[in-house]
Amino acid sequence: MQLINEMQLTFQSRSVNESFARCAAAGFAAQLDPTLEELGDIKTAVSEAVTNAIVHAYPDTVGKITLKGRIYEGNVLEIMVRDTGCGIADVEKARVPLFTTGGEERSGMGFTIMESFMDSLRVRSKVGRGTTVTMRKKIICRGRARG
Amino acid sequence: MEISSKRAERNLLLELKGELDHHGAKRAMEVIEQEIDAALPLRLVLDFSGVTFMDSSGIGVLLRTQRRMQCYGGSMLLRGVSAQAGRILEIAGVGRFIHMKKEKEHAIDQ
Repeated sequence: MQLINEMQLTFQSRSVNESFARCAAAGFAAQLDPTLEELGDIKTAVSEAVTNAIVHAYPDTVGKITLKGRIYEGNVLEIMVRDTGCGIADVEKARVPLFTTGGEERSGMGFTIMESFMDSLRVRSKVGRGTTVTMRKKIICRGRARG
Repeated sequence: MEISSKRAERNLLLELKGELDHHGAKRAMEVIEQEIDAALPLRLVLDFSGVTFMDSSGIGVLLRTQRRMQCYGGSMLLRGVSAQAGRILEIAGVGRFIHMKKEKEHAIDQ
């Protein structure tokens, strides 16, 4: 697929940045003229991925999280959330609904929600090196031309 | 996130406004627990019509609030849930455990 546009930003793993990340992803996706529901889906999935990085990647310190957005021909939005934190020992286990290492405050539904709200989800991780979550969603073209 | 409360006899209404994400959930839970402990209600209504965004962190808040009410022998009703928040609750399978109303009921003190 041909790459049409991309953006990248990096921020600290502070929970106050969760809202910022959602808005940044939604702002980038806006050029595809998504519906409010599609925007809600994107913001929710980004929120889950960024929250996972904030909660799990850097348990004893504040680290960096990178949010990358790409738009491919055919109205396909790709969002990547990357950290260089502790990594996930067993990705398949982590993706099981309700599984969490985050204590009683966490529901363990993050990956399940990302899978439900986006068209595809890929998780790559290496212990001690970090985790990259890549999600794609095709935005339905509603026939409006945009410059 | 802002939380306002109204009490009428043994009924407590908590209206949440803002975003209920991981950042807001901890403080929201503290306020909800303080309000419940102060009012000791038989019936708690959580009004989510002012919640502009919720992710899975909100599930934890709802389940912990319900558990607290059950400890006191009371009940909880959730209302005003947006379509986006409703999908999250549905995906998590929480709808089976939480009493929900989609439309806003009459004010608790009427």
